[in-house]
Amino acid sequence: MQEIFNIFIKSIFIDNMVFAYFLGMCSFIAVSKTVNTSIGLGIAVVFVLGITAPVNYLMDEFLLKPGSLAWISEDLADVDLSFLSFIMFIAVIASMTQLVEMIVEKFSPALYSSLGIFLPLIAVNCAILGGSLFMQEREYQSLGEATSFALGSGIGWFLAIVGISAIREKLHYSNVPAPLKGIGITFIITGLMGIAFMSFLGIKL
Amino acid sequence: MAEQVQKESMFSTKNIKLLTDPIGRDNPITVQVLGICSALAVTAKLEPAIVMAISVTLVTAFGNVIISLLRNSIPQRIRIIVQLVVIAALVIIVDQILKAYSYEVSKQLSVFVGLIITNCIIMGRFEAFSMMNKPWPSFLDGMGNGIGYGMILVIVAFFRELLGSGTIFGWEVIKSIGLYEIGYINNGLMILPPMALIVVGIIIWVQRSKNPGLIKD
Repeated sequence: MQEIFNIFIKSIFIDNMVFAYFLGMCSFIAVSKTVNTSIGLGIAVVFVLGITAPVNYLMDEFLLKPGSLAWISEDLADVDLSFLSFIMFIAVIASMTQLVEMIVEKFSPALYSSLGIFLPLIAVNCAILGGSLFMQEREYQSLGEATSFALGSGIGWFLAIVGISAIREKLHYSNVPAPLKGIGITFIITGLMGIAFMSFLGIKL
Repeated sequence: MAEQVQKESMFSTKNIKLLTDPIGRDNPITVQVLGICSALAVTAKLEPAIVMAISVTLVTAFGNVIISLLRNSIPQRIRIIVQLVVIAALVIIVDQILKAYSYEVSKQLSVFVGLIITNCIIMGRFEAFSMMNKPWPSFLDGMGNGIGYGMILVIVAFFRELLGSGTIFGWEVIKSIGLYEIGYINNGLMILPPMALIVVGIIIWVQRSKNPGLIKD
């Protein structure tokens, strides 16, 4: 239990998706203009990540890993399908995103119209696929660990995008050199936020 | 004869422009702001950055050709899934080749090879270009965007490796000039992830000051 909680905290602060691995930067930069939209996208990412990573964990455990097909029959015990993991993961992610899109459209049309094009693009948000690939690489031991890692990473991404969008709203009133306006200053501020987040590196869990 | 007149030559000005535009004026990273996701993490050293640049260029170019060949038979509603399958298949090939021939680099790149799949440049080019253009222009467009992306990666990696570890391709430049003896110290901050963002921010700054036409809001 303690291990699961540690993974959760670690993936929010220390291994933050945005600041430590630059995952999901495209939508991070493009959508973070206002706080409201970023909150919407952040929630969508937490949700999709929280669903896809555990599903992909099960796929990896029972279909893709070397020897994972042993539950079907003894003959398949030495089959290694791990080279297929990219295509399986992305298929799961694309279909889950489609599902989330349909749910959001039905229950919250306002959010749907404000997220606009970025909802289908969650399918190609690197944070989601990155979550599944990191989960595979770090070899989490149980479904609980994989889920807490996924939720933690999603919340970390949420914090990052809400933070940057709040800063960008304030930036409208500051005197930035013209060539640096827009994305230039956003990059630099993200870098500075990243340095701030590195102070969490000292925490030993 | 009439047919030949209508047919464009393979390297007409228009086609050359497709190749060169994304390298400078319409650069995928600094102007279109695409594909930053998997780009920055691999730029602490030059070697992985170059391998990444080549992989992305190849995947973009050949993916563009495949999508362009299939463009008339892809149903509009499921196009994203079709595109993802094409990219994923190409990336699996790249990944397997890397694992076979340069295992060290493939270990360094770790998950970022897989993340080429979700590189926004590739999806962006599919959506914006190859879905409505012929294979050859699509190939050039893919090459151009890949090279434009790779160029930024190499610039960032060059500065980070030189200032951060004092080497270029692992060759100790600073040491051979003898800067350490007069008290020069490597800037360890450059190796840390956040500096990649700041270096890209500075590149954008320089590029936009030179081309004021690019300045938006």
